[in-house]
Amino acid sequence: MARKLRSGYPMTTAFLLITSAIMIFPFIWMFLSAFKTPAEVYNYPPKWFPGSFKLTNFFEVFKKIPFLRFYANSVVVALLQTFLQIAISAMGAFALAKLEFPGRSKIQVFMQSSLFVPEVVTMIPLFILAAWAGLVDTYAGLILPELNCAFTTLLLISFFKTIPNELIDAAKVDGCGYYRIFLAIILPNSRTAIGTASLFAFLTHWRSYMWPLIITNNVKMRTLPIGLKYLVTETGSEYQTLMAASLMAIVPVLIVYMLMEKEFIQSITLTGLKT
Amino acid sequence: MEQKDTGNRSGNSKQRNFKHDQYLAAMVMISPLLITLIMLFLLPVVMVIAMSFTNWSMTTPVREYIGLRNFSFILKDARFWKALTNTVYYTGLKLILDTTLALFIAVLLDKKLRLRRFFRIAHFAPVVVPITASSLIWLWFYDPGIGPLNQILKLLGLPAMQWLYSEKTALLSVIIFSVWKGLGYNVVLFLAGLQSIPESYLEAARVDGANEWQVFSRIKLPLLAPITSFIVMMGIINCFKVFTEVDVMTPNHGPLESTLLMVSYIYDQSFTRGKIGRGAAAALILFVIIFIFTMIQRTFTRKEVGMD
Repeated sequence: MARKLRSGYPMTTAFLLITSAIMIFPFIWMFLSAFKTPAEVYNYPPKWFPGSFKLTNFFEVFKKIPFLRFYANSVVVALLQTFLQIAISAMGAFALAKLEFPGRSKIQVFMQSSLFVPEVVTMIPLFILAAWAGLVDTYAGLILPELNCAFTTLLLISFFKTIPNELIDAAKVDGCGYYRIFLAIILPNSRTAIGTASLFAFLTHWRSYMWPLIITNNVKMRTLPIGLKYLVTETGSEYQTLMAASLMAIVPVLIVYMLMEKEFIQSITLTGLKT
Repeated sequence: MEQKDTGNRSGNSKQRNFKHDQYLAAMVMISPLLITLIMLFLLPVVMVIAMSFTNWSMTTPVREYIGLRNFSFILKDARFWKALTNTVYYTGLKLILDTTLALFIAVLLDKKLRLRRFFRIAHFAPVVVPITASSLIWLWFYDPGIGPLNQILKLLGLPAMQWLYSEKTALLSVIIFSVWKGLGYNVVLFLAGLQSIPESYLEAARVDGANEWQVFSRIKLPLLAPITSFIVMMGIINCFKVFTEVDVMTPNHGPLESTLLMVSYIYDQSFTRGKIGRGAAAALILFVIIFIFTMIQRTFTRKEVGMD
């Protein structure tokens, strides 16, 4: 009886098939339409499948905007931000979780309070500061002001606290300094935690929109999200071109996601419930 | 501090050395973090407060203290109230749709289904793709002439809609997009909550003859209350911060500024019009609103934890 119950659920399955179809329909539409000709786009009744799989629309994207440059900008900026943010957070989290020093709890409270402040509040003064420092249209200007370490640090603190102190004490007896302890004991023992925090940081930076919009004027310095925004104004309703650009922006992300689905879900449940 | 035997004394100074080493190491390792916090949080917050009392503008070099004039301007500005009402409408409708749909789908997914992994991937896929890239697809969906949505309406014999191009439906269209985009995130959170409910509670209820609806409404739903209130409160806070999707899908705030939201208002004042002081004041008002909701959320969660 119980067995029968578990293998069935035809109604549930049917319903979820429909909702899944709605969720992925935009991607399928995008994929098919990226190969359509303008005539096929304007055809009535709508054509679902393109007549042929030609790459004309993709070349059109490259002709209209320096797409690869935007892509490279996004990759470089997001990777460097993730690396710097995690390095700073991990060092700070180690000190806050495992070392004793005056002002430790005050720093934690200070960090937590920074999470209350929305991005748009600090954005205006940050722009003024970045402009004074000559960082407009530079990689440093794109990267540094967005190193929001508070959240990742708090996340790593809670992980580092689970590493037993005996491990650290044993290393101390063996004559290890604190930097060695950090590099040889803390980091190798918290690979999953660092992975989760890095994935979270990377996704935040990869989709970052407002700051790159403010800090870049030069077309060459635009990141992918900003480049796509301007592609809309430049092409109007040449939807087939937009779909080709969208496909190139989305497919790599979807592939990484499908390969690392478990890590993505874990990252959400760990970070999503923690603010 | 006097020590009686030498062994003890050397041990003590060694300990003091350890402590000294530890302070030093801690300072070295924490200083990059402190520098980012001071430069990217503390200093900007102090500056934004100071700026909100000035007539700082990007177009003129004049910077004078003008007291509360920015605040009184904003509170009398019809555009501000429009942005606030739009944001409240956006938040309310999005949360109702998002939370109920996410809960419903999570409950369905919380079963041993054969295609479960595929369902989960499908519902979560929109979350991981960049907003700008996916909103390009929806721009076409919403096209009144050749958009697939109007074609579907036509097939069903329904009148065509103007979607993003009408004052009445522009914000609604953005909401539908953002529900599609964000649904999977809350599904995952609800699913985590559902999976933490002990199987024995559910078995016990079923043995007592409860049907699926009763199991859901009497056991699952009450046990999900903490996670639901968390999702709703975080949802409110995040909706007040929305900017990307309205900026990409409806440049210049949509028809008759019908998609002007709080963050767009602040962005518009400070970066489009260059009125930095006024923008700073508006940003502070937004901060106060978000802060109030955050405090409510904190006390809520604390109460629920206390009840356990």
